[in-house]
Amino acid sequence: MTQSRLIVKVRQTLGSFSLVAEFQAEGGVTALFGRSGSGKTSLIRAIAGLSRPQHSHISIGDDVLLDTARGIFVPSHRRRFGYVFQDARLFPHLSVRQNLGYGRWFAGSRSKEGEFDRVVDMLGIGQLLERRPDKLSGGEKQRVAIGRALLSSPRLLLMDEPLAALDDERKAEILPYLERLRDESAIPVIYVSHAVAEVARLADRVVMLDNGRIEAIGTPADVFSRALDRRDAGAVLSGEVIAVDPAHRLVTVGLSGGKILVPNADVEPGRKVRLHLPERDVLVATRRPEGLSALNILEGSVAGIEPDGEGMVRIRILCGADYILARITALSVERLDLKLSLPVFAIVKTVALQR
Amino acid sequence: MRSRWPGDPRLEWLSLSDEEWTAIRLSLWVSSIAMLASLPLGVLTAYVLARGNFWGKSLLNGLVHLPLILPPVVTGFLLLLVFGRRGAVGSFLDQYLGIVFSFRWTGAALACAVMGFPLMVRSIRLSIENVDRKLEEAAGTLGASPAWVFATVTLPLILPGVIAGMILSFAKAMGEFGATITFVSNIPGETQTLSAAIYTFTQVPGGDAGAMRLTLVAIAISFGALLASECLAQLVGRRVHVQ
Repeated sequence: MTQSRLIVKVRQTLGSFSLVAEFQAEGGVTALFGRSGSGKTSLIRAIAGLSRPQHSHISIGDDVLLDTARGIFVPSHRRRFGYVFQDARLFPHLSVRQNLGYGRWFAGSRSKEGEFDRVVDMLGIGQLLERRPDKLSGGEKQRVAIGRALLSSPRLLLMDEPLAALDDERKAEILPYLERLRDESAIPVIYVSHAVAEVARLADRVVMLDNGRIEAIGTPADVFSRALDRRDAGAVLSGEVIAVDPAHRLVTVGLSGGKILVPNADVEPGRKVRLHLPERDVLVATRRPEGLSALNILEGSVAGIEPDGEGMVRIRILCGADYILARITALSVERLDLKLSLPVFAIVKTVALQR
Repeated sequence: MRSRWPGDPRLEWLSLSDEEWTAIRLSLWVSSIAMLASLPLGVLTAYVLARGNFWGKSLLNGLVHLPLILPPVVTGFLLLLVFGRRGAVGSFLDQYLGIVFSFRWTGAALACAVMGFPLMVRSIRLSIENVDRKLEEAAGTLGASPAWVFATVTLPLILPGVIAGMILSFAKAMGEFGATITFVSNIPGETQTLSAAIYTFTQVPGGDAGAMRLTLVAIAISFGALLASECLAQLVGRRVHVQ
């Protein structure tokens, strides 16, 4: 695996904005996460060779792609990195089949036999092959764009907010395909996004950027439990789909400390999924509540009480082997008389888990 | 004069003489050569003007547009000075490559190409400026070198503009008169184009019928060219989805 380790050291000043970032990525999905203007797009464009930062070094394995000190710059068409843009950028004068074949043709002998059918099948675009890009929906375009990048036999796939331009329904349509991509393909992915739910669900590793600097690097569970923005903070839990209820469009996910119901019916049992539980959507009860509309009641014990000094408290609840985070008021903590290792129930509305 | 219009003697005046046919054929030939020969240079110039950022760009732009704003006679005279047998470029080409422009149909084609060049470049340049460069960027990330990007993305997308430019250049060449007659004179069978032949007819007594005949031919050719360009542009437009 070391031969595909991506090393990025970028130091760039553009007007009043400066970007200083250093990280490594290897296998799996690495998310570059941050608000707009945090520098994540500048970073991924530098990796792709679409921009040429000032004092930088980028290499993959033994292959140096950019070294400003030594005057090395490999142009984007020789890097063999697939790039999925926010706007699909399909070629309007070519059919879907020709679009898919475009990068494949330049990859020449590197493209494997049967790869075309496999990718078309994985992305569910078999019916679209003879169409023109302007006859596709936004979600379909993006799936074709992903397929086109995959078929160019890249050694690294760069995805620049591939879902940001789509509405929630289209996002929900594409996310399962991205999960399949992550699980079924060996190509490492750099995934740029500002959406916590998306990153929590897809990424193996998160590089958190803010104002041109790296704030944190770690697993999604790690980074998001310490997340800076209160709206985004929350626990990230891994589980496995154990049942699908198509009638109610709900999926039962088994976690280490219980079961949880999640909206969405487009997954099959056995699939590994990751859930982001926003901490302000979690309620805490000291007795098992009854007559409640919330579907998810998880048993656990208080493992941490962290006041933020502004009247809010973060409660860390150990539930099986996972920690669930809840943000409640200091007043509630007093009223419930919460103490360490007290048995409690964490209540999560299924609606809050809509992805 | 041999009759080419058998039957009704009242339509006898419509039959074209051999000289007139020669002028028509020559005009079509000269215009086609002018259009095709200037096309590669036209695309290159348009690309450089649309994308390039270099010192002297406005100078090049001015130079390309000069034939559009100068009186055609002046352009013809300048061509004579530069490409004539004693001209700097003309004598060189004559001596080393055996290409002679003065008083030859090649000279007429050169004059027509120069006069149509600004129109061709303008049309192609506009369509290059309209190409979404993000698509070219995407092609690059898929492994296409800049030359391949041009051939497989840029060129197909600007095709309607290229066709429009070619038709404009052709039409300009068909109507070109001033620069041609100044540069290569009005020699029947060698440099006498349709326009020059019509002009000659109007200069002799009783030439009205001849001028009328050729005028009708000129109208027919112009309409034909226009129709052809419309059809081509629609065909390509449907393929490229240019709104």
